[in-house]
Amino acid sequence: MHRLVLIFLTSLILLGCNTGRKLNYDKIEVIDFSKLEPMLNKNTDTVYIINFWATWCAPCVKEFPHFDEAARVYSDKKVKFLMVSLDFPNQLEKSLIPFVKSRTNLLPVVLLDDPNQNEWINKVNPAWSGALPATFIYRKSQKLFYEGPIELADITNAIDDLLVKP
Amino acid sequence: MKRLFLILMATFLAAGLYAQGLKIGDKAPDFRLKNVDGKMVSLADYPQVKGFIVIFSCNHCPFVKAYEDRIIDLHKKYAPKGFPVVAINSNDPEVVPEDSFDKMVERAQQKNFPFVYLFDEGQKVYPLYGAARTPHVFVLSKKANELFVEYIGTIDDNYKDASAVKEKYVENAVDALLSGKKPAVTETKAVGCSIKVKK
Repeated sequence: MHRLVLIFLTSLILLGCNTGRKLNYDKIEVIDFSKLEPMLNKNTDTVYIINFWATWCAPCVKEFPHFDEAARVYSDKKVKFLMVSLDFPNQLEKSLIPFVKSRTNLLPVVLLDDPNQNEWINKVNPAWSGALPATFIYRKSQKLFYEGPIELADITNAIDDLLVKP
Repeated sequence: MKRLFLILMATFLAAGLYAQGLKIGDKAPDFRLKNVDGKMVSLADYPQVKGFIVIFSCNHCPFVKAYEDRIIDLHKKYAPKGFPVVAINSNDPEVVPEDSFDKMVERAQQKNFPFVYLFDEGQKVYPLYGAARTPHVFVLSKKANELFVEYIGTIDDNYKDASAVKEKYVENAVDALLSGKKPAVTETKAVGCSIKVKK
């Protein structure tokens, strides 16, 4: 019986280590929209949460921990996050990397550098004016879009509902 | 399920709120706001103009900063032709201290703004126009003393690099109006800073 408990505890710890794998932000990828677009149109069971933000955007900085917290809560679920930074590429080393390193070790981050905004903003969502922050949450064809600040409860409610959808 | 429905409804409602404001062809409302020189300014104070390049702007936003020199150039080029720039800061300084009236005066002096830079005290004008971000441009034309919306959107197609611009949306729109035509492109989008108001 004792051994069973021990095995159980050991596996819990191992699981914990597994889900707590840390991301390395020494290099953050700079992409254009053609590289981002596939992430917005996945037809799998996974719920995707894509946040558009920048380090100089105060409401974005304020809500950044909500995504980190949600990533922690749903680390064992079919939920994937992507933080799409719209910082200027020349701020990558000076602002973006230090900021991200200080705030998360769970959230994947890319820098979107694509001046052709008039085309790609509508491809993210036609309802989006282009103002930051903005968050796109979807699973298959179920899509939710938030322009403006988002609360942790908005994120978790949306994920919970999308996860139970058939 | 009920909750998802509520979220969807909330999203639609939010989208509806953003969709309010002016559309192409709508009559544009006038306002009376304080300029950085301390004087109150209305669009009606310009009886001679053919229209306006109204730009919702601010001090703090990096996208505005990237466009500042281009906004100055727009005014220098088009004010003599009858389309002056009117810049409006609708951010609440209690949310963004850098966008206070005093800081606007400072910025206008540093950059020697040739255009009026107005403070939307109480944040009342931006919802009338449906401005959502900075910079957000509304080109207006004047017909029989009424102002009409001809173009809504961004200044050009490259915020980062003025020398790499391929389409100058605002210039094209104003050039078309000056030659008696309608702009070919009437609406564009760009990433910008949200207009900051208290909840």
